[in-house]
Amino acid sequence: MKTFGVTIHSTGKYVPDNSVYNETLTQWMDTSDEWIRKRTGIKKRYLSKGEDTSDLCIKASLDALNKRRIDISQIGLVIVATMTPDSQSPSVSSKVQAALKANNAMAFDLSAACSGFVYGLSAAEKMLRHMDHPYALVIGGEVMSKTLDWNDRKTSVLFGDGAGAVILKKESGAESFIAEDLHTDGEKGHALVSGEQAVRNPLCEMNVKDGFLVMDGRAIFNFVTKSIPKSIEQVLKKGSADIIDVDYFLLHQANARIIEIVSKKLDRPLSKFLMNIENYGNTSAASLPILLDESIENGTIKLNSGQTIVLSAFGGGLTWGTLLIKI
Amino acid sequence: MTTFEQIQEIIVDQLDKEESEVQMDTNFRDELEADSLDLFQIINDIEDEFDIKIESEEGLNTVKDLVDYVEKQKEAK
Repeated sequence: MKTFGVTIHSTGKYVPDNSVYNETLTQWMDTSDEWIRKRTGIKKRYLSKGEDTSDLCIKASLDALNKRRIDISQIGLVIVATMTPDSQSPSVSSKVQAALKANNAMAFDLSAACSGFVYGLSAAEKMLRHMDHPYALVIGGEVMSKTLDWNDRKTSVLFGDGAGAVILKKESGAESFIAEDLHTDGEKGHALVSGEQAVRNPLCEMNVKDGFLVMDGRAIFNFVTKSIPKSIEQVLKKGSADIIDVDYFLLHQANARIIEIVSKKLDRPLSKFLMNIENYGNTSAASLPILLDESIENGTIKLNSGQTIVLSAFGGGLTWGTLLIKI
Repeated sequence: MTTFEQIQEIIVDQLDKEESEVQMDTNFRDELEADSLDLFQIINDIEDEFDIKIESEEGLNTVKDLVDYVEKQKEAK
Protein backbone atom coordinates (compact mmCIF):
# COMPACT_ATOMS: atom_id res chain seq x y z
CA MET A 1 0.00 0.00 0.00
CA LYS A 2 1.27 3.44 -0.92
CA THR A 3 1.86 5.69 2.07
CA PHE A 4 1.18 9.39 1.81
CA GLY A 5 2.66 12.31 3.69
CA VAL A 6 1.11 15.72 4.23
CA THR A 7 2.91 18.94 3.34
CA ILE A 8 2.29 22.68 3.52
CA HIS A 9 1.55 23.60 -0.09
CA SER A 10 0.63 27.29 0.02
CA THR A 11 -0.17 30.10 2.46
CA GLY A 12 -2.10 33.36 2.34
CA LYS A 13 -3.37 36.15 4.53
CA TYR A 14 -5.74 39.09 4.62
CA VAL A 15 -6.23 41.97 7.04
CA PRO A 16 -8.82 44.75 6.87
CA ASP A 17 -7.62 47.81 4.96
CA ASN A 18 -7.64 49.93 8.09
CA SER A 19 -4.60 50.12 10.34
CA VAL A 20 -5.07 51.71 13.75
CA TYR A 21 -1.95 53.04 15.49
CA ASN A 22 -1.62 53.31 19.26
CA GLU A 23 -1.92 57.10 18.93
CA THR A 24 -5.44 56.68 17.56
CA LEU A 25 -6.40 54.57 20.59
CA THR A 26 -5.42 57.48 22.85
CA GLN A 27 -8.36 59.37 21.33
CA TRP A 28 -10.71 56.55 22.36
CA MET A 29 -9.39 55.78 25.86
CA ASP A 30 -6.87 56.82 28.50
CA THR A 31 -3.73 55.06 27.25
CA SER A 32 -0.45 55.94 25.57
CA ASP A 33 1.72 54.69 22.73
CA GLU A 34 4.65 54.22 25.14
CA TRP A 35 2.56 52.22 27.65
CA ILE A 36 1.30 49.85 24.96
CA ARG A 37 4.64 49.44 23.17
CA LYS A 38 6.66 48.83 26.36
CA ARG A 39 4.30 46.17 27.73
CA THR A 40 3.29 44.42 24.53
CA GLY A 41 5.49 45.42 21.59
CA ILE A 42 2.39 46.51 19.62
CA LYS A 43 2.50 49.67 17.48
CA LYS A 44 -0.58 49.17 15.37
CA ARG A 45 -3.30 46.67 14.55
CA TYR A 46 -5.88 46.30 11.77
CA LEU A 47 -9.52 46.74 12.77
CA SER A 48 -12.55 45.83 10.71
CA LYS A 49 -14.85 48.58 9.48
CA GLY A 50 -17.61 46.03 8.96
CA GLU A 51 -16.04 43.00 7.31
CA ASP A 52 -16.84 39.91 9.37
CA THR A 53 -14.70 36.85 10.06
CA SER A 54 -15.91 34.98 6.97
CA ASP A 55 -14.98 37.92 4.72
CA LEU A 56 -11.42 37.90 6.08
CA CYS A 57 -11.17 34.10 5.82
CA ILE A 58 -12.41 34.03 2.22
CA LYS A 59 -9.86 36.65 1.17
CA ALA A 60 -6.99 34.92 3.00
CA SER A 61 -7.97 31.64 1.28
CA LEU A 62 -8.03 33.29 -2.15
CA ASP A 63 -4.55 34.68 -1.46
CA ALA A 64 -3.29 31.16 -0.71
CA LEU A 65 -5.10 29.68 -3.73
CA ASN A 66 -3.79 32.35 -6.09
CA LYS A 67 -0.17 31.53 -5.23
CA ARG A 68 -0.42 27.88 -6.29
CA ARG A 69 -2.85 26.88 -8.95
CA ILE A 70 -4.91 23.98 -7.62
CA ASP A 71 -8.15 22.40 -8.72
CA ILE A 72 -10.77 23.62 -6.22
CA SER A 73 -12.74 20.40 -6.68
CA GLN A 74 -9.78 18.55 -5.14
CA ILE A 75 -10.20 20.24 -1.74
CA GLY A 76 -11.78 17.72 0.62
CA LEU A 77 -11.73 19.67 3.87
CA VAL A 78 -12.10 23.25 5.10
CA ILE A 79 -11.43 24.03 8.76
CA VAL A 80 -11.76 27.55 10.16
CA ALA A 81 -10.25 28.10 13.61
CA THR A 82 -12.00 31.05 15.21
CA MET A 83 -13.39 32.35 18.48
CA THR A 84 -15.28 35.14 16.71
CA PRO A 85 -17.51 33.45 14.10
CA ASP A 86 -20.09 35.48 12.15
CA SER A 87 -22.70 33.13 13.63
CA GLN A 88 -22.95 29.71 15.25
CA SER A 89 -24.75 28.52 12.13
CA PRO A 90 -23.85 28.59 9.37
CA SER A 91 -20.23 28.13 10.35
CA VAL A 92 -17.56 30.44 8.93
CA SER A 93 -16.07 27.44 7.15
CA SER A 94 -19.41 26.78 5.39
CA LYS A 95 -19.36 30.35 4.08
CA VAL A 96 -15.75 29.91 2.90
CA GLN A 97 -16.66 26.61 1.23
CA ALA A 98 -19.53 28.32 -0.60
CA ALA A 99 -17.50 31.36 -1.68
CA LEU A 100 -14.69 29.20 -3.06
CA LYS A 101 -17.17 26.76 -4.64
CA ALA A 102 -15.21 23.97 -2.93
CA ASN A 103 -18.18 21.68 -3.45
CA ASN A 104 -16.37 18.46 -2.56
CA ALA A 105 -15.14 19.73 0.80
CA MET A 106 -16.63 19.03 4.21
CA ALA A 107 -16.35 22.15 6.36
CA PHE A 108 -16.47 22.92 10.05
CA ASP A 109 -15.27 25.52 12.54
CA LEU A 110 -12.90 24.68 15.35
CA SER A 111 -13.00 26.50 18.67
CA ALA A 112 -9.72 26.55 20.58
CA ALA A 113 -9.21 30.32 20.91
CA CYS A 114 -5.66 31.46 20.14
CA SER A 115 -4.46 27.83 19.84
CA GLY A 116 -7.09 27.18 17.14
CA PHE A 117 -4.76 27.22 14.16
CA VAL A 118 -2.32 24.72 15.68
CA TYR A 119 -5.24 22.50 16.70
CA GLY A 120 -6.69 22.93 13.19
CA LEU A 121 -3.48 21.91 11.44
CA SER A 122 -3.17 18.91 13.72
CA ALA A 123 -6.73 17.78 12.99
CA ALA A 124 -6.52 18.48 9.25
CA GLU A 125 -3.27 16.63 8.58
CA LYS A 126 -4.68 13.52 10.24
CA MET A 127 -8.04 13.69 8.50
CA LEU A 128 -6.48 14.39 5.11
CA ARG A 129 -4.50 11.13 5.23
CA HIS A 130 -7.82 9.23 5.24
CA MET A 131 -9.69 11.34 2.69
CA ASP A 132 -10.28 10.83 -1.02
CA HIS A 133 -9.18 14.35 -1.99
CA PRO A 134 -5.58 15.58 -1.79
CA TYR A 135 -6.06 19.10 -0.42
CA ALA A 136 -7.23 20.62 2.88
CA LEU A 137 -7.66 24.28 3.67
CA VAL A 138 -6.96 25.39 7.24
CA ILE A 139 -7.73 28.98 8.17
CA GLY A 140 -7.32 31.01 11.35
CA GLY A 141 -9.56 34.06 11.20
CA GLU A 142 -10.80 36.55 13.75
CA VAL A 143 -12.62 39.82 14.12
CA MET A 144 -11.48 40.20 17.71
CA SER A 145 -12.61 43.84 17.78
CA LYS A 146 -16.26 42.75 18.06
CA THR A 147 -15.66 40.79 21.27
CA LEU A 148 -13.64 43.53 23.01
CA ASP A 149 -14.93 45.86 25.69
CA TRP A 150 -13.70 49.16 24.26
CA ASN A 151 -14.05 50.72 27.73
CA ASP A 152 -11.46 48.25 29.07
CA ARG A 153 -8.06 49.67 28.17
CA LYS A 154 -6.23 46.64 29.56
CA THR A 155 -7.60 44.25 26.93
CA SER A 156 -8.84 46.34 24.00
CA VAL A 157 -5.37 47.64 23.07
CA LEU A 158 -3.99 44.10 22.73
CA PHE A 159 -5.96 42.61 19.87
CA GLY A 160 -6.38 42.99 16.12
CA ASP A 161 -8.44 41.54 13.27
CA GLY A 162 -7.16 39.36 10.41
CA ALA A 163 -7.00 35.94 8.81
CA GLY A 164 -4.35 33.53 7.55
CA ALA A 165 -4.77 30.39 5.47
CA VAL A 166 -2.72 27.29 4.73
CA ILE A 167 -3.34 24.69 2.03
CA LEU A 168 -2.20 21.21 2.98
CA LYS A 169 -1.43 18.64 0.30
CA LYS A 170 -1.37 14.88 0.58
CA GLU A 171 1.47 13.46 -1.48
CA SER A 172 3.79 10.49 -1.53
CA GLY A 173 7.41 10.83 -0.56
CA ALA A 174 7.11 14.01 1.50
CA GLU A 175 6.12 14.83 5.07
CA SER A 176 5.92 18.15 6.92
CA PHE A 177 4.38 17.01 10.19
CA ILE A 178 7.07 15.47 12.40
CA ALA A 179 5.69 15.66 15.95
CA GLU A 180 3.08 17.42 18.06
CA ASP A 181 2.36 18.23 21.68
CA LEU A 182 -1.18 19.45 22.37
CA HIS A 183 -2.84 20.17 25.71
CA THR A 184 -5.93 21.57 27.43
CA ASP A 185 -6.35 22.61 31.06
CA GLY A 186 -10.08 23.24 31.42
CA GLU A 187 -9.79 23.84 35.15
CA LYS A 188 -8.12 27.18 34.41
CA GLY A 189 -10.62 28.10 31.69
CA HIS A 190 -12.01 31.03 33.68
CA ALA A 191 -8.73 32.92 33.09
CA LEU A 192 -9.90 33.89 29.61
CA VAL A 193 -13.61 34.14 28.85
CA SER A 194 -15.23 35.52 25.71
CA GLY A 195 -18.62 35.33 23.97
CA GLU A 196 -20.61 34.04 26.95
CA GLN A 197 -24.28 33.45 26.14
CA ALA A 198 -26.92 33.39 28.87
CA VAL A 199 -29.69 30.78 28.99
CA ARG A 200 -32.93 32.43 27.89
CA ASN A 201 -36.06 30.38 27.36
CA PRO A 202 -39.64 30.20 28.76
CA LEU A 203 -38.30 28.36 31.84
CA CYS A 204 -35.35 30.55 32.61
CA GLU A 205 -34.33 34.14 32.06
CA MET A 206 -30.76 34.57 33.14
CA ASN A 207 -29.05 37.93 33.18
CA VAL A 208 -28.04 38.83 29.65
CA LYS A 209 -24.28 38.80 29.39
CA ASP A 210 -22.40 41.25 27.25
CA GLY A 211 -20.07 38.52 25.99
CA PHE A 212 -16.98 40.71 26.11
CA LEU A 213 -13.52 39.19 26.38
CA VAL A 214 -12.30 39.13 29.98
CA MET A 215 -8.78 38.04 30.81
CA ASP A 216 -6.81 37.41 34.01
CA GLY A 217 -3.49 38.74 32.74
CA ARG A 218 -1.29 37.27 35.45
CA ALA A 219 -2.86 33.80 35.24
CA ILE A 220 -2.37 33.74 31.46
CA PHE A 221 1.17 35.08 31.77
CA ASN A 222 2.09 32.39 34.32
CA PHE A 223 0.49 29.65 32.25
CA VAL A 224 2.26 30.67 29.05
CA THR A 225 5.73 31.27 30.45
CA LYS A 226 5.64 27.92 32.24
CA SER A 227 3.84 25.75 29.67
CA ILE A 228 5.25 26.86 26.33
CA PRO A 229 8.98 26.25 26.93
CA LYS A 230 8.04 22.79 28.27
CA SER A 231 5.80 22.08 25.28
CA ILE A 232 8.55 23.06 22.83
CA GLU A 233 11.07 20.84 24.63
CA GLN A 234 8.53 18.02 24.59
CA VAL A 235 7.81 18.24 20.86
CA LEU A 236 11.54 18.23 20.07
CA LYS A 237 11.97 15.15 22.22
CA LYS A 238 9.06 13.39 20.50
CA GLY A 239 10.50 14.31 17.09
CA SER A 240 14.05 13.29 18.11
CA ALA A 241 15.23 16.77 17.12
CA ASP A 242 17.80 19.03 18.72
CA ILE A 243 16.79 22.59 19.59
CA ILE A 244 19.94 23.79 17.81
CA ASP A 245 18.55 22.43 14.55
CA VAL A 246 15.34 24.51 14.71
CA ASP A 247 15.61 27.21 12.06
CA TYR A 248 12.74 29.31 13.38
CA PHE A 249 10.27 29.36 16.24
CA LEU A 250 6.87 30.83 15.36
CA LEU A 251 4.98 31.55 18.57
CA HIS A 252 1.46 32.89 18.84
CA GLN A 253 1.86 36.66 18.69
CA ALA A 254 0.23 37.68 21.97
CA ASN A 255 2.96 39.78 23.50
CA ALA A 256 6.56 40.47 22.47
CA ARG A 257 7.69 40.29 26.09
CA ILE A 258 6.31 36.76 26.46
CA ILE A 259 8.24 35.67 23.36
CA GLU A 260 11.42 37.21 24.81
CA ILE A 261 10.91 35.23 28.03
CA VAL A 262 10.42 31.97 26.11
CA SER A 263 13.57 32.66 24.08
CA LYS A 264 15.50 33.25 27.30
CA LYS A 265 14.11 30.14 28.99
CA LEU A 266 15.03 27.98 25.99
CA ASP A 267 18.41 29.71 25.71
CA ARG A 268 17.98 30.39 22.00
CA PRO A 269 18.63 33.81 20.40
CA LEU A 270 15.63 36.08 19.94
CA SER A 271 16.47 36.32 16.22
CA LYS A 272 15.24 32.71 15.90
CA PHE A 273 11.79 33.79 17.12
CA LEU A 274 9.92 35.44 14.26
CA MET A 275 7.73 38.36 15.28
CA ASN A 276 5.24 40.67 13.64
CA ILE A 277 3.10 41.60 16.63
CA GLU A 278 4.14 45.25 16.31
CA ASN A 279 2.08 45.53 13.12
CA TYR A 280 -0.89 43.28 13.88
CA GLY A 281 -1.49 43.03 17.64
CA ASN A 282 -2.84 39.73 18.91
CA THR A 283 -5.04 38.29 16.16
CA SER A 284 -5.78 35.10 18.13
CA ALA A 285 -6.12 32.06 15.83
CA ALA A 286 -5.00 34.19 12.86
CA SER A 287 -1.64 35.14 14.31
CA LEU A 288 0.39 32.07 13.32
CA PRO A 289 -0.86 31.70 9.72
CA ILE A 290 -0.37 35.45 9.15
CA LEU A 291 3.18 35.22 10.55
CA LEU A 292 3.91 32.10 8.52
CA ASP A 293 2.67 33.67 5.29
CA GLU A 294 4.56 36.90 5.93
CA SER A 295 7.77 34.96 6.67
CA ILE A 296 7.39 33.02 3.42
CA GLU A 297 6.64 36.23 1.49
CA ASN A 298 9.79 37.94 2.80
CA GLY A 299 11.94 34.86 2.11
CA THR A 300 12.81 33.99 5.72
CA ILE A 301 10.96 30.69 5.44
CA LYS A 302 11.03 28.78 2.17
CA LEU A 303 8.46 26.16 1.22
CA ASN A 304 9.95 22.77 0.23
CA SER A 305 13.31 23.79 1.71
CA GLY A 306 13.37 21.24 4.55
CA GLN A 307 13.74 24.01 7.16
CA THR A 308 12.80 22.93 10.67
CA ILE A 309 10.04 25.08 12.11
CA VAL A 310 8.34 25.06 15.51
CA LEU A 311 4.78 26.40 15.62
CA SER A 312 3.52 27.02 19.15
CA ALA A 313 0.29 28.60 20.33
CA PHE A 314 -1.55 29.17 23.58
CA GLY A 315 -4.84 30.69 24.64
CA GLY A 316 -8.30 30.39 26.11
CA GLY A 317 -9.55 27.00 27.24
CA LEU A 318 -6.90 27.00 28.45
CA THR A 319 -5.37 25.38 25.39
CA TRP A 320 -1.84 25.16 24.11
CA GLY A 321 0.10 23.17 21.59
CA THR A 322 3.27 22.89 19.56
CA LEU A 323 3.96 21.36 16.15
CA LEU A 324 7.36 20.37 14.81
CA ILE A 325 7.36 20.88 11.06
CA LYS A 326 9.76 20.29 8.18
CA ILE A 327 8.54 22.86 5.75
CA MET B 1 21.86 32.93 51.53
CA THR B 2 19.23 34.96 53.33
CA THR B 3 15.73 35.39 51.94
CA PHE B 4 16.66 38.99 51.09
CA GLU B 5 19.75 37.89 49.15
CA GLN B 6 17.78 35.29 47.20
CA ILE B 7 15.09 37.83 46.29
CA GLN B 8 17.71 40.45 45.51
CA GLU B 9 19.36 38.01 43.09
CA ILE B 10 16.02 37.32 41.33
CA ILE B 11 15.27 41.04 40.94
CA VAL B 12 18.80 41.85 39.75
CA ASP B 13 18.52 39.10 37.15
CA GLN B 14 15.00 39.96 35.96
CA LEU B 15 15.36 43.73 35.82
CA ASP B 16 19.01 43.77 34.78
CA LYS B 17 20.03 46.00 37.74
CA GLU B 18 23.06 46.23 40.02
CA GLU B 19 22.85 44.64 43.49
CA SER B 20 23.43 48.07 45.04
CA GLU B 21 20.21 49.32 43.41
CA VAL B 22 18.12 46.59 45.04
CA GLN B 23 17.91 47.18 48.79
CA MET B 24 15.25 46.38 51.44
CA ASP B 25 13.48 49.73 51.10
CA THR B 26 13.66 49.86 47.29
CA ASN B 27 10.28 50.37 45.65
CA PHE B 28 10.48 48.27 42.51
CA ARG B 29 7.63 50.03 40.70
CA ASP B 30 8.84 53.61 41.29
CA GLU B 31 12.60 53.24 41.72
CA LEU B 32 13.32 50.25 39.47
CA GLU B 33 10.57 51.11 36.95
CA ALA B 34 9.22 47.55 37.05
CA ASP B 35 5.87 47.22 35.27
CA SER B 36 3.20 44.57 35.80
CA LEU B 37 4.87 41.98 33.55
CA ASP B 38 8.23 42.46 35.30
CA LEU B 39 6.46 41.92 38.60
CA PHE B 40 4.72 38.76 37.30
CA GLN B 41 8.14 37.36 36.36
CA ILE B 42 9.70 38.25 39.69
CA ILE B 43 6.75 36.66 41.52
CA ASN B 44 7.00 33.57 39.29
CA ASP B 45 10.67 33.17 40.08
CA ILE B 46 10.09 33.69 43.81
CA GLU B 47 7.30 31.08 43.74
CA ASP B 48 9.65 28.57 42.08
CA GLU B 49 12.64 29.42 44.27
CA PHE B 50 10.79 29.13 47.60
CA ASP B 51 8.09 26.66 46.51
CA ILE B 52 5.32 28.96 47.72
CA LYS B 53 2.22 30.55 46.15
CA ILE B 54 1.80 34.33 45.95
CA GLU B 55 -1.93 34.80 45.32
CA SER B 56 -1.93 38.51 44.55
CA GLU B 57 0.62 41.18 43.76
CA GLU B 58 -1.56 43.78 45.54
CA GLY B 59 0.31 45.53 48.34
CA LEU B 60 3.70 44.29 47.16
CA ASN B 61 5.64 47.47 46.44
CA THR B 62 9.05 47.22 48.06
CA VAL B 63 11.69 44.52 48.35
CA LYS B 64 10.84 44.35 52.07
CA ASP B 65 7.19 43.57 51.20
CA LEU B 66 8.39 40.55 49.20
CA VAL B 67 10.84 39.40 51.88
CA ASP B 68 8.15 39.67 54.61
CA TYR B 69 5.63 37.80 52.44
CA VAL B 70 8.08 34.97 51.75
CA GLU B 71 9.18 34.75 55.41
CA LYS B 72 5.54 34.50 56.52
CA GLN B 73 4.83 31.76 53.96
CA LYS B 74 7.93 29.84 55.00
CA GLU B 75 6.87 30.00 58.67
CA ALA B 76 3.38 28.75 57.78
CA LYS B 77 4.79 25.71 55.97
